[in-house]
Amino acid sequence: MSELGADTMRGVPWPSNGLTEIPFRVYTDPEQYRLEQQRIFKGPTWSFLCLSTEIANPGDYVATTIGETAVVVTRDTQGGINAFANRCAHRGNLLCIERQGNVREIKCIYHGWTYDLTGKLTGVAFERGVKRQGGMPPEFRKDDHDLPRLRVAELAGLVFGTFSRSAPDLETYLGPQVVGGIRRVLNRPARILGRSTQVLPNNWKLYAENTKDTYHASILHLFLTTFRINRLSMPGGIHIDDSGGHHFSQAKLDYAAEDADYKREGLRSDSDIHLEDPSVIESVDEYGDGVSVQILTIFPGMILQQIRNSIAVRVIRPCGLEKTELDWIHLGFADDDDAMTERRLRQGNLVGAAGYISMEDGCVGGFVQRALRFNDDDSGVVMMGGYDAQSQPFRSSEAAIRGFWKKYRALIGD
Amino acid sequence: MNDLAVRLGVDELIAAYVDCIDEDRLEEWPDFFVEQCRYLITSRTSHEAGLPHGVVYAASRGMLVDRVTALRRANIFEPHRYRHIVGPIRIDRADATVAQAHSNFIAVRIMHDGEMSLFAAGRYLDRIDVTSRPYRFIERLVVLDSQKIDTLLVIPL
Repeated sequence: MSELGADTMRGVPWPSNGLTEIPFRVYTDPEQYRLEQQRIFKGPTWSFLCLSTEIANPGDYVATTIGETAVVVTRDTQGGINAFANRCAHRGNLLCIERQGNVREIKCIYHGWTYDLTGKLTGVAFERGVKRQGGMPPEFRKDDHDLPRLRVAELAGLVFGTFSRSAPDLETYLGPQVVGGIRRVLNRPARILGRSTQVLPNNWKLYAENTKDTYHASILHLFLTTFRINRLSMPGGIHIDDSGGHHFSQAKLDYAAEDADYKREGLRSDSDIHLEDPSVIESVDEYGDGVSVQILTIFPGMILQQIRNSIAVRVIRPCGLEKTELDWIHLGFADDDDAMTERRLRQGNLVGAAGYISMEDGCVGGFVQRALRFNDDDSGVVMMGGYDAQSQPFRSSEAAIRGFWKKYRALIGD
Repeated sequence: MNDLAVRLGVDELIAAYVDCIDEDRLEEWPDFFVEQCRYLITSRTSHEAGLPHGVVYAASRGMLVDRVTALRRANIFEPHRYRHIVGPIRIDRADATVAQAHSNFIAVRIMHDGEMSLFAAGRYLDRIDVTSRPYRFIERLVVLDSQKIDTLLVIPL
């Protein structure tokens, strides 16, 4: 589809101007998916690219994606961070094939075009032809064929990029509260403890919503409630930026908190299960503020997680309409001692594809996806905690989900 | 102790282990390990990069018991089973107390509705206590060939 075509396209119609009804078609419509790639992922949004520690040295690169679009992030010889399309200007071939590496220049394997670490075209094989035959016409100018560059920004060791010229700068995009939430967790140099990818059988938005859904946590994830890691009755709240797209929820650790709301509701969260080895949840208040859980989302596809001492970045990668890859980057800090690293590794059992309190998120999106196929006239409802997308001092709310759709609709246009 | 006896004991341990999982006798699964054990599921890329995080990371038999308790009583997932196929077992080293062995495996996942897929392939890197019968794992590293895990991992590999 041409850019012009995408510009004139209209998205799935919404049943109302309110934020509480979500048409099921947004998760199943192929045209909507194309619009999202154009207007959200390539639109005025910032996407996580990599950790700055992954490109510490000149020549280091990471090949990644924004939406489904392939991009490369590099550290150049001046120490600067660059990002550009991972696509040769000549015939569109993928330039960097491996996920990570170190190179002096970027060379296309197909016809040998070369680029420097800033994406500038520096060489065209046989530019002058062979034995004075062939070659590029004199009008061809390498300067016209640099790789399309992204704007990049670094915040607390996280590298972000955007295709958009009009997006506000990163910190304005996120708003001061969300920036504060990031700096709170990533307050010193990070160290990667491991990574893995969870393949989700659902549209990317179902997972994006899930991470903003403070309502489900203590109901779907029985483990969490049973071991009193995250209860609605604990002090906490939701902070949402003005655009609605970014948020963080926090909960403080308070074992004495009243659990009457569970008993009253008679939910299946009551349980007598005990841990043979409680070291999986034994944690320290490393930030000194009593906050034991902070889930922070950056529109469209990044999550920064602190669950006790388990720190992770999650990246949502749409892979077609009904498949999403969720990249987990498990973090510690450079100044962690052995005991702290061991603590983080044990708590790592809580999250990820085999996570005690996250594995259900891997299947529930698939259940939703299966159930809403060919339900084009129906909508879901998100009314917990009201109608708008404002910060709230409680977590039994869907305000952050409404915020996601507020931002989404502003970008898609409807 | 002769080499053949060690081989038979190691063979039996590894065969019994996958039998226990595939036949859904998961309550017996922790008994294949010594009390102070390590059980870790990681990927080849993480393992080769020396990254310590495990998708599953257990540092005691109690943590394995907790995995089974959570699977039976807490975690929610679509019913499914595995069929493990373990290739030839290589014993790399053995003394009077510990044998070190490795083997390749694949695990097919069979969903409750009959949908079958290749869920995992990888290597078992084992350190085995051979001081008493039956042998038990001191350490079992499950090194997956792919870093991608489909949907979720709840039944041990």
